[in-house]
Amino acid sequence: MKVIEISCLEVWREISNYIDGDVDAELRARMEAHFKACAHCTAVLDGTKNVVKLVGDGVEYQVPDGFSQRLYNKIKNA
Amino acid sequence: MEATKPHLEATEAELIQRACQGDKEAFYILVRPCERTIYAVAVSILNNPQDAEEVAQEAVLKALSHLADFRGEAKFSTWLTQITINEARLKLRKDRRHLHESVDEQRTGEDGDYFPKDFADWREVPSEALERKELREALKRAIASLSLKYREVLILRDVQQLRIQEVARILGITEGSVKTRLLRARLQMRDALAPGIDGTWSTGKQEYRKVRPW
Repeated sequence: MKVIEISCLEVWREISNYIDGDVDAELRARMEAHFKACAHCTAVLDGTKNVVKLVGDGVEYQVPDGFSQRLYNKIKNA
Repeated sequence: MEATKPHLEATEAELIQRACQGDKEAFYILVRPCERTIYAVAVSILNNPQDAEEVAQEAVLKALSHLADFRGEAKFSTWLTQITINEARLKLRKDRRHLHESVDEQRTGEDGDYFPKDFADWREVPSEALERKELREALKRAIASLSLKYREVLILRDVQQLRIQEVARILGITEGSVKTRLLRARLQMRDALAPGIDGTWSTGKQEYRKVRPW
């Protein structure tokens, strides 16, 4: 299959969808060919994947101790 | 998946019916799985754990008092998350400390293309680095630095791992807008964090700079 070239700008527009697996096969192939040749876009891809991984563990958003019990009490006394 | 759906829907509908008749235990069973999400969206909007807990509680009580209005067109969790976001935005508007951040930006159109600001190489997150206080602090600051509309999408999609469709429904925006905002949020986060992770910059000056703070 002949892969049509894609610009850095187009890659950045789709990079989030690419990470989510939300691009079609043709676009995926074009992006993958671009990543092989472009260190900048590969750095953006790796870094963006790391952001998703880091944010995804949710450590910053854990509910405080006793949250559930206090909520239950509020409901009960409402 | 499809086979279990009607059962789950019936259970939720049943709990709602019981809750409408005054069964508070049933209501709590409905709320319990939503606790993490409602707290996360509230704290991401308000940037303050105490305010976030208060708003989450107010949202839950509001849901309880308006439960008869819940039509069941969306999931209960979607509805409760919507209420929480509205309550948090209201509090933000009332709070003078946050006047500099326009809540009305939600209604403006999407911005144009976002260009990554640097190309620091950031191959992987070493597992020990995930625990480092400096990294967690940098992550918090980076999230707080995002505009509200980007922060909300990042929290719902990447922290709470909701589907694009669900995020769109909660925020009352199109799936396309969710994707556009998510792209911006992720790229901005990368720009905020990548230079601190890696020691090299590959743009412009062709020089090596040690910028890793840990």
